[in-house]
Amino acid sequence: MILTVLDDSPAALDVLAFAQSLGQPVEAVTFGGGDPDDLAKRGVSTLHRITSDELADYAPAASGEALLRLIEQVRPDGVLAVSSDRVTEAMAHAATLARLPLATNCVEVTTGDPWLLTRVRGGGMLLEEAELTADVALLTIAQGVSGEIGAGPVASCEVREFTPELTATQARVVERTSRGSGMTLATAPVIVSGGRGVGSADGYAVLEELAKRLGGVVGCSRVATNNGWRPHSDQVGLTGTKVTPELYLACGISGATQHWVGCMDSKVIMAVNTDPEAPLVRRANYAVIGDVHEVLPAIVKEIDSRSKT
Amino acid sequence: MEVLVCVKRVPAPGAKVPLTDDQTEIDTRYLGHTIGPHEECAVEEAVRIVKAHGGSATVLAVGPAAADEQLRYAIAMGADRGVLVDVGDAELDPEATAAAISHAVGDTRYDLVLFGTESADASHYQVGIRVASALGVPIVGGIKGLELDTAVDDGAVSLRREVADGVEVYRLPLPAAAAVKEGLNLPRYPSMPGRLKAKKARIDVVPYTPEPGGLRKVRLRQPNDDREEAIVLGHGADAAPAVVDVLTQIGVIA
Ligand SMILES: Cc1cc2nc3c(=O)[nH]c(=O)nc-3n(C[C@H](O)[C@H](O)[C@H](O)COP(=O)(O)OP(=O)(O)OC[C@H]3O[C@@H](n4cnc5c(N)ncnc54)[C@H](O)[C@@H]3O)c2cc1C
Ligand SMILES: Nc1ncnc2c1ncn2[C@@H]1O[C@H](COP(=O)(O)O)[C@@H](O)[C@H]1O
Repeated sequence: MILTVLDDSPAALDVLAFAQSLGQPVEAVTFGGGDPDDLAKRGVSTLHRITSDELADYAPAASGEALLRLIEQVRPDGVLAVSSDRVTEAMAHAATLARLPLATNCVEVTTGDPWLLTRVRGGGMLLEEAELTADVALLTIAQGVSGEIGAGPVASCEVREFTPELTATQARVVERTSRGSGMTLATAPVIVSGGRGVGSADGYAVLEELAKRLGGVVGCSRVATNNGWRPHSDQVGLTGTKVTPELYLACGISGATQHWVGCMDSKVIMAVNTDPEAPLVRRANYAVIGDVHEVLPAIVKEIDSRSKT
Repeated sequence: MEVLVCVKRVPAPGAKVPLTDDQTEIDTRYLGHTIGPHEECAVEEAVRIVKAHGGSATVLAVGPAAADEQLRYAIAMGADRGVLVDVGDAELDPEATAAAISHAVGDTRYDLVLFGTESADASHYQVGIRVASALGVPIVGGIKGLELDTAVDDGAVSLRREVADGVEVYRLPLPAAAAVKEGLNLPRYPSMPGRLKAKKARIDVVPYTPEPGGLRKVRLRQPNDDREEAIVLGHGADAAPAVVDVLTQIGVIA
C-alpha cells in the first residue's frame, strides 16, 4: 500500500494520480481537511485525518511525529507526499525520528528493492537518478508531475480520525499575520523583470511604468538584489520566487540557470538584451536585441499612442 | 552567544551546468566552488549576532579537504573559526552528512545552530532537521527574520518565515536551530582585512569515516530543454511596434 500525504493544493491531486500510477492500492492522509467524496471519485477508499490540538499552531516537529505514528500504524510500503514547504518539513521530521532516509522532490519513481527514483536538484537545474533502500520509502513528489488515475471510483471513502500523543511541541507558531490582498510575484499575470543590464536602482522606473500599463509587477535577478537595487522579495529564481505569469519580460538578464528555473514555466517569455547570444535570449519565445533604456521607453510610448487612438 | 553555521562546498554553476564524463558530478573545472546563497545569509547573520551580543561564530563544513576554501571565505566575512569534517570526495546522503556534523559538534554547546533551508547543489531540505534532532534542539526552516531575546533566562529566539497566506513567527528557547533562506539579510563581501585574517585563521580538521545512508546517487542528468529558438522582434527602439503587436496578441494589452 502507498500512503499519500496531501494538502489542499491542486498539486495534491497530481501526487495522488502519480501514486496511483505505481500500481498499488493508495490511501490518503491529511493534517485535517481532505474531501472524502472527491477522494472516493478518485478511487481512494481510506482517508486518515490527523487531528490534534497540539497541531493547531502548526508545530513542525510534532507534525512529523504525528505522521510517523500513523505510518507505524498503517505500515505502508511507501509514503508519497506533496512537496509544499510545510509537508516537506513534516516529512523530514518524520524521517529523522524514524531514522529513515527521505528522497525529496522526486519526478520519477519505480517501486522495488531498492526503489529507483529521479529527483530534481536546484529547482530544476539537474536531475539525479538515485536508489532508495529503506523499510518504508519516504518521498516527496516535485510539483508538475502527473500520472494516470489508476483506480476507478469507489462507493465511498472512509474517514479515519487519527489523534496521536505528541511530545515534540516546542517549536510552534506564536504569531501569524496574513498577507494583504496586493498582487505579488507569485500571482501577477505579467512580470517585467530586470537584471544587471538595468544598470541602477533608478533604472527600474521605466520597468515600473511598463508593468503598470500591463497590469503587472516588477521582478529582478539576484544581481539586482545583491546590488541593493531591489528588495529580495522581487527576486525570481532558485533562491527567490518561482513564477508562472502569462508574460515574463526579462530585461538585461542573462538567463543563468538559477534564474531560468524560476521563470521557465511562464507562458510566454520575452527577452530584451544587448547580447543576441545571451542564454535567455535564445530560450525565450520572443527577443528584442537592444539596450533596455532605449527599448522599454519606446514600448511604453507605443502603448500610450495606441491607447489614445 | 556561541553560534554554529553549517556550510557546504558546492559547484558554482553558471549559465550551463556541465557534467563530468561519468555523469556523476558537475564538472567544476571552469566554474569553481562556492557556498550556497542561503548559507551565505546564515554566515552573515551569525557575524551580526556575535557583533551585537558577543561570543563567537564557528563555521563547519563536511566535505573534501578543499572545503577549507569555503570555510576561509566565511571567516573572511567575519566568522571566528572553522571546522572541516574531512570525508573525502564522495557525496554523502543527508543521513550521513547529519551524522558527520553531529559527530564533529560532539559535546560542544552552541546557543544557536544555523543552516541553509536547502543545499545549493543537492536540495535535500533535511540536513538541518536531522542535526537539530541529534543535538536535541528545536528547529524551524525557511526563516527570513531572526531576533534574539537575551533578556529572558537562557535566552530565546524569534524566527519569522513567509508561508502561502502570510507570515508566521516561532519563538524558541535557546539553544535552538534555524534553517534560513536568502533574503534574511544582505551578506557582505569579505573585506581586505577579513581576507588576510582568514588566510591565517585556524581550521580544525576532524577526520571522519561516514556510514552510507539509504539514499544513493547513481548519476546526474540534464533536464531536456525542448524550447525552440526565440523569434527576434527587432533591434532597439524600432522593435516597439512589433513588441506591442505581440503583447496585444497574447492578451496582456486590452
Ligand atoms: C545557488 C545559486 C542560486 C542562485 N539563485 C538565483 C536566483 O534565485 N535568481 C537569480 O536571478 N540569480 C540567482 N543566482 C545567480 C545567477 O547565477 C546569476 O549570477 C544571476 O542570475 C545573473 O543576473 P543577471 O542576469 O542580472 O546578470 P548578468 O548575468 O551579468 O547578465 C546581465 C545581462 O544584461 C545584458 N545587458 C547589459 N547591459 C544591457 C543593457 N543596457 N540593455 C540590455 N541588456 C543589457 C547583458 O548582455 C547580460 O546578458 C544564483 C546563483 C547560485 C550559485
Ligand atoms: N556537507 C555539508 N557540510 C555542512 N553543512 C551541510 C552539508 N550539507 C548540508 N549542510 C547544511 O544543511 C543545509 C540543508 O542541506 P540539504 O538537506 O542538503 O538541503 C545546508 O544549507 C547546510 O547548511
